[in-house]
Amino acid sequence: MSSQNGGPLLEAEHVFKYFPIKRGILIQREVAQVHAVDDVSLEVRRGETLGLVGESGCGKSTLGRCFVRLFPLTDGRIVFDGQDISKLSRRGMRPLRRELQIVFQDPYASLNPRKRVGSIVGAPLAIHGIGDRRERKRQVQELLEKVGLSPEHYNRFPHEFSGGQRQRIGVARALALRPKLVIADEPVSALDVSIQAQVINLLADLQEDFELTYVFIAHDLGVVRHVSDRIAVMYLGKIVELSPAEELYERPIMPYTEALLSAVPIPDPRESAGRERIVLEGDVPSPINPPSGCRFHPRCRYATEICSQLEPPLVDYGNGHLAACHHPLNVDKETLARATVDDRRTPAEADEAAKPTEPAQRAR
Amino acid sequence: MAEPLLEVRDLKVSFRTEDGIVRAVDGISFTVDEGEVVGIVGESGSGKSVTMMSVMRLITDPNVIYQGEILYKGRNLMQVSRDAMREVRGEEIAMIFQDPMTSLNPVYTVGWQIEEQLNEHYDLKKGQARRRASELLAQVGIPRPEQRIDDYPHQFSGGMRQRVMIALALSCNPDLLIADEPTTALDVTIQAQILELIKDLRRDFGSAVVLITHDLGVVADIADRILVMYAGRIVEEGNKEQIFYDPQHPYTWGLLGSIARLDRPKARRLTAIAGQPPSLINRPKGCSFRPRCPQAFDRCRAEDPQLTVKVGDGHLDACHLSVEDKRARRDATISPELADTA
Repeated sequence: MSSQNGGPLLEAEHVFKYFPIKRGILIQREVAQVHAVDDVSLEVRRGETLGLVGESGCGKSTLGRCFVRLFPLTDGRIVFDGQDISKLSRRGMRPLRRELQIVFQDPYASLNPRKRVGSIVGAPLAIHGIGDRRERKRQVQELLEKVGLSPEHYNRFPHEFSGGQRQRIGVARALALRPKLVIADEPVSALDVSIQAQVINLLADLQEDFELTYVFIAHDLGVVRHVSDRIAVMYLGKIVELSPAEELYERPIMPYTEALLSAVPIPDPRESAGRERIVLEGDVPSPINPPSGCRFHPRCRYATEICSQLEPPLVDYGNGHLAACHHPLNVDKETLARATVDDRRTPAEADEAAKPTEPAQRAR
Repeated sequence: MAEPLLEVRDLKVSFRTEDGIVRAVDGISFTVDEGEVVGIVGESGSGKSVTMMSVMRLITDPNVIYQGEILYKGRNLMQVSRDAMREVRGEEIAMIFQDPMTSLNPVYTVGWQIEEQLNEHYDLKKGQARRRASELLAQVGIPRPEQRIDDYPHQFSGGMRQRVMIALALSCNPDLLIADEPTTALDVTIQAQILELIKDLRRDFGSAVVLITHDLGVVADIADRILVMYAGRIVEEGNKEQIFYDPQHPYTWGLLGSIARLDRPKARRLTAIAGQPPSLINRPKGCSFRPRCPQAFDRCRAEDPQLTVKVGDGHLDACHLSVEDKRARRDATISPELADTA
């Protein structure tokens, strides 16, 4: 991990993104808000892959889109490479678009069916006025080769390709401008397992070749652990755990993470039969009216009274492992005594005095 | 042994297209016993869905050509009249689909849709059907079923909709439930819920289940027997232990190696299966998997391997490699190189 310019590549400080819900036909009034991202502070280090996991509706994709300013923030700051981009105008953002790119989940919906591959992948180059026609074509063909397609595919249409190949086209488009940061939003969820492995390996190779930094968004912890250096777990708009990848897997602190890990199927019948599977009841609650206190408490098997009353602060357990929970798992008393509340990243609404005092005990 | 619940004999399903004949299913035979869970695993386009859609006779494409027999409780479904087939569907064999967003009718309440099915098959009074529908919703774990019964599909989340689909499938107590990628569109947490539910239902109702998936991890826990399909054929068949602990076909190895596993140390690279499935119009000569197979040798090009028993009881595979060679080479494929343990 190189760190020229010192600081992280991207820093999010107390980022909020609420979407208004409007009613009425002519006169629209706002009746409620979806709290998609609710006071998130997070940094992406140069050259790393940061995994962002959580169930559908937890706000992980919205956060990813906030990172590249696909829409204005409700509140908070995003600093990219030392520059505050949260208040920039469209025009002000344009030069930065070269450095920030996205690969989308759905390889069927994210490519224009009427355009040829050449113009899809070449669009970013054309928009930013890079090279003449000839030069652009050369660059696009080179990119196609890099992502494992053939330069002859230049004149084909997206429908001529399989899902995995389309995702390669999406990756080529994202890399056309040699970005610094690539947000990969569920890039493999729509693909067969065997093709997932191809795309994951491709992303890893490209990271080395192009010195990329990734934010990798997914709901499958197996895939995320494989690609990530650090992992942030989100639940209902909040970061509930942040940790080095291996440590998260060996020693999850937040019960939600424990449950996510246990939901990943294991292709080994004996082991699978032997392990305890924590099946989370129900769905993620509505982000319009999130539960009080710790947002996970209605589905948590360790929850006690305090969990429904106080929002837990993000506590630093050392080694860059943070978690927001009143009843931390896999933590002994000494670690707990040493742990400190992370003032900078803890949401403003959380009670900073409410540092957990006891390791978790099964309540129900 | 009693006769199997379902027996498919040398089934071939092809489609006439402008470019030629697509051999989607190319001569497969298998059985499903009563109360058994059979997993069918393979990539998109391997013919797994077409096989089971054929069993349900749900393929309406006028260009389809069938050959072979599908025996359900001894009766050849290929020769059953359309009306009789309507009775088989739902009462005998039911199916749930991958996409819970599009498989329910958006303009009717879920209760209406379940009641419709009940009324179609049984002679019930209005109140009875409704009561049964609400019981079914409760059985598949939908909270407050008396209220949710009047909700429309869009008012349910993806996982809940899949539960409604399962309730609908179970409404007439079928002996065989076909689940076509029931969890692929869902989050892992919801996937765990649905798999748990299918396991419970099999225990409580004793129905046989055919589970179609592209992810071997999904069937590890639930299937008794597994069929691995590639390019319209079965390339390996065996019980769960055989497939996971003694896999014989390099394609199965590739499927196992592709999974980012949480139960193993982190691999440096996943073993992807290079390339894509072959065209089903011009099948490669010899073994269909040869162009993607790192183990291929001369014989694979010349001769089409047959599905035969080579290692043990009920464990079939279609590969020319000798059993010794397979065992020697297999681990390198399935367990990818580990990341540096620094």
